[in-house]
Amino acid sequence: MADIPEEELMNSGHNACPGCGAAHAMRYMLKALGKKTTINIPACCWAVIPGVYPSRNLETPLLYTAFETTGASSSGIRAALDAKDIDEDINVVGFAGDGGTADIGIQALSGAVERGTDTIQVMYDNEAYMNTGIQRSGVTPEGAWTTTTPVGSEGDWKKGPKKDMMDIMESHDIPYAATVNIAYPDSFIEKFKKAMEFDGPRFIHIYAPCPTGWRSKPDETVKIAELAFKSKVFPLYEIENGVYNVYKEPKEENVVPVKEYLMKQGRFRHLPKEVVEKIQEDVDRYWERLKKKEKFTKEELYEEE
Amino acid sequence: MSEYKIVTGNFSSAYGARLARAEVVSAYPITPQTEVVEKISEFVADGEMDTEFIKVESEHSAMAGCIAASATGARAYTATSAHGLALMHEMLMWAARARLPVVMTNVNRAMGPPWSVWADHLDTVAEKGSGFLQFFCENNQEVLDSILMAYKICEDEDIMLPGMIVEDAFILSHTREPVEIYDQEKVDEFLPEYDPDIKIDIDDPVGYGSLVMPDWYMDFAKKLEEAMDGAKDKIKEVNKEFKETFGRDPGGLIEEYKTDGVDVLMVTMGSISGTSKDVIDELREEGHNIGLARLRTFRPFPKERVRDLVKDVNVVGILDRSYSFGAAGDAAREIKEALYGDSNSPLVKNYIVGLGGRDLTPKILEKIMQDTLEIQDKGLDQEVEWVDLRSDSKKWRR
Repeated sequence: MADIPEEELMNSGHNACPGCGAAHAMRYMLKALGKKTTINIPACCWAVIPGVYPSRNLETPLLYTAFETTGASSSGIRAALDAKDIDEDINVVGFAGDGGTADIGIQALSGAVERGTDTIQVMYDNEAYMNTGIQRSGVTPEGAWTTTTPVGSEGDWKKGPKKDMMDIMESHDIPYAATVNIAYPDSFIEKFKKAMEFDGPRFIHIYAPCPTGWRSKPDETVKIAELAFKSKVFPLYEIENGVYNVYKEPKEENVVPVKEYLMKQGRFRHLPKEVVEKIQEDVDRYWERLKKKEKFTKEELYEEE
Repeated sequence: MSEYKIVTGNFSSAYGARLARAEVVSAYPITPQTEVVEKISEFVADGEMDTEFIKVESEHSAMAGCIAASATGARAYTATSAHGLALMHEMLMWAARARLPVVMTNVNRAMGPPWSVWADHLDTVAEKGSGFLQFFCENNQEVLDSILMAYKICEDEDIMLPGMIVEDAFILSHTREPVEIYDQEKVDEFLPEYDPDIKIDIDDPVGYGSLVMPDWYMDFAKKLEEAMDGAKDKIKEVNKEFKETFGRDPGGLIEEYKTDGVDVLMVTMGSISGTSKDVIDELREEGHNIGLARLRTFRPFPKERVRDLVKDVNVVGILDRSYSFGAAGDAAREIKEALYGDSNSPLVKNYIVGLGGRDLTPKILEKIMQDTLEIQDKGLDQEVEWVDLRSDSKKWRR
């Protein structure tokens, strides 16, 4: 168990929807990182959640930035801190949604990581453009209803796989990347604390359910997040200097079928049986591939001493 | 010790950023600006400039990086041109509305298609409502001088707005001229370190640019305009101080060249002003009562001074190196607006010149001025004339 600090750097009175997974995400992240942190946030739910001027519910500096700029903004803050010789232990965090990270923000993110910027770039992933009202993103999973994949009479749900940001980050030779899940605050905080130990770019992919967009019950956010883990839909793993490590696995007897995860959410209820089966196959295949990558990078590519 | 170097406008920009001790440079290369980023890279690599240079992956990120750095309390600089400036558009507005004194060089260039890398002011004047101060330079010395002045003006606590130094593609950017590179100590005295009261600081956490409801937004916009308007006096004040310190007058808001009691006034911006002054001299020798006003700042627009200058003039000829489609040249539109309500308004003719780098020879400029002079007798033939199009080049080149 990680030592979870009592101190709250995110105060109550936020503007998030009931049951918002992204609200959990910020709270846990700040518990891990502490006060020596500055955050920049582009257009996303978290541009609204902190409050309307002059209110603000975070106890850290917060630079609001344009949608596609998170990586560049982190670079600018870090460069200024370096230029001013200000404490290098300050965490410079870019905190963006899945659209701001994987779609419109991917260029600036790629640039910042490629330049070796000393920053923690965070994608809180609610699997669609939620702040603008549930439009599909490149990270929306296959099968999901969104307002721009409205299913209709033609079965027009989200087609194609979820963009894999962890692998994209790995391709940049990033020192450290990890996935975390708001249902597991101990490992969530532990991985952020671990990220702090590295220099250069770090990437954290947060699984953050959105009851409003997922058409799920607000009081089932954590339950759904648990199911994402137990069904292996959202594996918990880290990549440390190229080595994959699945740091938390559901016990065999606890593994649930993907269907159980899907059916908790209105966004998947339209799916015919064969598509649910295909999604199960894809999840199994992804898991198998991940485990093989883990084995390969641990045992063959980079031999453990 | 100050020294003279024979440098291009781009090198002059780089020396300006260096003398200003820009702490963060965040820039992306684009023709014809490339030498600015190359020269600064050399300065940094050779230990001649103590700056964090973020070699970003786009102009949009270039300005985003400057904004974040400036918000963190660092003096930030970037440079771009045309398509790069257009890509920055969102972040130009952001810098101004965040009230951050980022200073940049824009090597103005035509917008494509068709592709063109040559001088044209549309890229710059299209950003006239962005909240950036805009300084149009006549020569390479003025490029360097304007960078130093811009930081001093923009970082003033009553102004806190970004500034854009404008140099004409190739005519300045790639042409070498003698430029005085001032003594660093003297520059440091003129331009002290940037140390804003409010900045990203973990000991004093604030939010920058949060959501506001309609009951606040408009008031922030009005404050920006008050700063922009206040910049007029600040520019004059800093211009005076610059002259006292370095012995050189960059021209304030508007440079008035032999304008006393003239019948005909020509108005120019940027590098064509130098050639135009020579032509003015020739025409004056021939007995014509003509002078020239060079708009140095397009933003803030020196409306009041323009009004005074044309009070007793018969005809104003305005040369625009840009065109706002569906309307007219931008300087002409601004000047006409300044004249509204004046019962003695002079006749105004707008000449559209030199788009996409089309050459402006002394001969063509002379033809233009003769045309303006003739309006005194013949009256105004047309409000806007495109000069030296392929179809009527004989009229202007013969």
